[in-house]
Amino acid sequence: MQVAGEPAVRAGRWLLPTGAVAALVVLSLASILVGVGHVDVAALIAGRADPDTLRLLLVSRIPRTAAIILSGTAIAIAAVIMQMLFRNRFIEPTTAGTVEAASLGLVLVAILAPGLPMLARMTAAASVALVATVLFLRLVERIPARSSLIVPLAGLMLGGVIQAVTVFLALRFDLLQSVATWTNGDFSGVLRGRYELLWIGFALAAAAYFIADRFTVVGMGESFATSLGLDHRRIVATGLVIVSLVTSASVVTVGTIPFLGLIVANVGSLLMGDNLRRTLPWIAMSGAAFLLACDLAGRLIRHPYEIPVGTVAGVLGSALFLMLLLRRGARLG
Amino acid sequence: MIEVRNVTKAYGGAPVVTGVTLDLPAPGLTAIVGPNGAGKSTLLSIMARLSAADSGSVRIGGMDVATARSDLLARRLAILRQENVMTARLTVADLVGFGRFPHNGGRPTPQDRDRIAASIAFLNLEGLEHRFLDELSGGQRQRAFMAMVLCQDTDYLLLDEPLNGLDMRHAVETMRLVRRAVDDLGKSVVVVLHDINVAAAYADRIVAMKAGRVVFDGTSRDFMSAPVLRGIYDMEIAVHEIDDRRVAVLDR
Amino acid sequence: MADAALRPSARRGTVVLACLAAAAIGCAVLYMTIGVRGSWAFVLPFRAPKLAGMVVVAVAVAFSTVVFQTVTQNRILTPTIMGFDSLYVAIQTALVFGFGSRALATLDADWRFVGEASVMVCFSVVLFRWLLSEHGRGIHLLVLTGVVFGVLFRSLASLLQRVLDPNEFSALQDLLFASFNAIDAGLLGVTATAVGVCCAWLLSIHRTLDVLSLGRDAAIGLGVPHRRLVTRLLFVVAVLVSASTALVGPIAFFGLLVANLAYLAVGHRHRPALLASALIAVFTVVGGQVVLEHALKLDGVLGVVIEFVGGIVFIVLLMRGVHR
Repeated sequence: MQVAGEPAVRAGRWLLPTGAVAALVVLSLASILVGVGHVDVAALIAGRADPDTLRLLLVSRIPRTAAIILSGTAIAIAAVIMQMLFRNRFIEPTTAGTVEAASLGLVLVAILAPGLPMLARMTAAASVALVATVLFLRLVERIPARSSLIVPLAGLMLGGVIQAVTVFLALRFDLLQSVATWTNGDFSGVLRGRYELLWIGFALAAAAYFIADRFTVVGMGESFATSLGLDHRRIVATGLVIVSLVTSASVVTVGTIPFLGLIVANVGSLLMGDNLRRTLPWIAMSGAAFLLACDLAGRLIRHPYEIPVGTVAGVLGSALFLMLLLRRGARLG
Repeated sequence: MIEVRNVTKAYGGAPVVTGVTLDLPAPGLTAIVGPNGAGKSTLLSIMARLSAADSGSVRIGGMDVATARSDLLARRLAILRQENVMTARLTVADLVGFGRFPHNGGRPTPQDRDRIAASIAFLNLEGLEHRFLDELSGGQRQRAFMAMVLCQDTDYLLLDEPLNGLDMRHAVETMRLVRRAVDDLGKSVVVVLHDINVAAAYADRIVAMKAGRVVFDGTSRDFMSAPVLRGIYDMEIAVHEIDDRRVAVLDR
Repeated sequence: MADAALRPSARRGTVVLACLAAAAIGCAVLYMTIGVRGSWAFVLPFRAPKLAGMVVVAVAVAFSTVVFQTVTQNRILTPTIMGFDSLYVAIQTALVFGFGSRALATLDADWRFVGEASVMVCFSVVLFRWLLSEHGRGIHLLVLTGVVFGVLFRSLASLLQRVLDPNEFSALQDLLFASFNAIDAGLLGVTATAVGVCCAWLLSIHRTLDVLSLGRDAAIGLGVPHRRLVTRLLFVVAVLVSASTALVGPIAFFGLLVANLAYLAVGHRHRPALLASALIAVFTVVGGQVVLEHALKLDGVLGVVIEFVGGIVFIVLLMRGVHR
């Protein structure tokens, strides 16, 4: 809706895109250059870099940065899709039990079929995540007010229950250490050859962008979608499948990053509205930028030791979530 | 006597009630009417100390509602709101019994039991005492809440849109009951209503609000006039006199 | 509210309570006497503190959940979902960060508990005053905020731990369950007292709690000083949760189980519901421990099992549309 002369709205409309792009560029460069091993920038630019530095960049830094950008983007898009499907501002894979279900899937695979390749494991995890999310969606449909805070609350509790099962199995089959890595996001183990699954997640999220319009309509309600001639169930199913696959790819490669999608999606909505075709690219970039910032902070706070990005994002993400709750939540009750 | 002095309230910067000053008669039936968003429910809420005014004061029966002890106030003032949702599964008798809480602190006396029975009878709920509230129809549930509020036996009664969702017969019965409470029991009742014909038929006094302010405060007869109504509702409303009563007829 | 002694449902309630009490006592006796090998003089003082610990935790969880559900007008929420347990861990970590672990170890366990519980109580009261709007529905905002604070504290605690000691991190800590095996007997005195005082007070105001369950507006209309009462109730809930967390660790879903079973057994009036939930909790915990330890030979999993069963109850409730 064009409201000419409303300064806040107009400012927001260019603030997010420019901010996101700028942040992304700066942070990507920083991410490539910062770390335990020293990188001689001058030598690099002049083309005189020694082979060790090049190897460091190619095997560790660049893949790591790429992994962060890929997951940040994919997680942000998955979160936005979920918010449209559930019609609730505070739903994302970590507040709907999806992430915990993916973890459970991985544990089940580790117990039942430990030799499976990464891709198969990811698919198995995605299936469990899909079942859990569909279940949650069914349960939530009975809650009348879509702007109810009970929905994310129920999702968080559901996540807790699923995690209880996961940890119990992990205890019994001595997989606790693995569960810990899936639960706390950490990019320090990312090397070339170990993160490629994230490309799948990213590809799916990019595909989602092409049908972003449909998600926007679904976000308005089933009756709207049907009256506009869209197959509501198919879109919801597609969305859920994308979300499950993206979440599993993320969880199996790097672990869980709490509240990331929620923050960037809500900020995007506040600044630019809810037309996904317009806002999705910037939200995705903001997600990547946010994650890069957290990862950098994690590398710098206690240099040369690393603090996992999940922990930093947990602190930053929840602080921002709280600010969002106080600003938007008060009106929802 | 209900004394409202310069009450103002804004929600997040948007004014909802602005500078309202009223003196409502006791005993008597006053109807508060007005278009949507006029601030009627908010005003009632402030009068019942359910919300706090940003400025101004409300005195009911001499007690300042913002500072008086809530339990003492509850013996003089009762409120019935529109939404009545609660988790506990109660029978009609249980619910009506709660109306005695301000008087007996939860320990029922024989007199309380009589009062509960009387309230149930007054609202024609005999036979339904032991049914659970969720087993009743909307109208019956509304009557049960009314019985509870009546059982509280207060001089002042505030009702927020009590006729919502009631069919014609129950709406008329409710208003007749309210009228009886005023005439026979000497209560002072303030009712928020949407239907101006109902308000004019039963109320002694009508207060009309528009955009947070009081724009009319007078008798029902004076209220029912086309120029007054036009000023309040921004609509052409014809007023006809039928059987010595003024009736508003909406233009098609 | 007719005379309680005359109503048939009230009489049934008393019978049910008596049965529950018998079951709870029976389990306690069983726990103390089953499978004793060797001298009684050794076994009884060994088992008594563990039994006492289980009872204190069970009662604390039961009472705090019932009260919390009345305050939040919702049957699927529990107080530990509000992150009280992670706050507890965060406070402990922060204290270590601030004062060093050696200084802390010299502090008497009782005073440490009092200190940590006080911080938690202050936090919950501040949170309430800051957030709760005039409309009763604001309670959901309060709880969701509490949950997010929970994540914040857990992450902060983790962050501090890694800053303190980057080599040694126990990322596993947040995943683990309540452990009924490692009950700190030293804390029993202070926690039992705290829990006892709180529960006595809650029982004494059971009639006011009944009015509270009618919802905020109706309660105020009937003369209940809502804001003051809810502040005090959350205060008490914080103390009860501190006690159970200090003794065994975080318990999230068990309270759901016992509270809803109590409502099924004796209805929603608070005097029978509080008592029933406590008795059911004691019976479940002690009985469960007896079964797990002696019949199934699965030691140390009580915490996991009760959480799991409680979790199932949660999902069932959600499926039946019991929420708001």
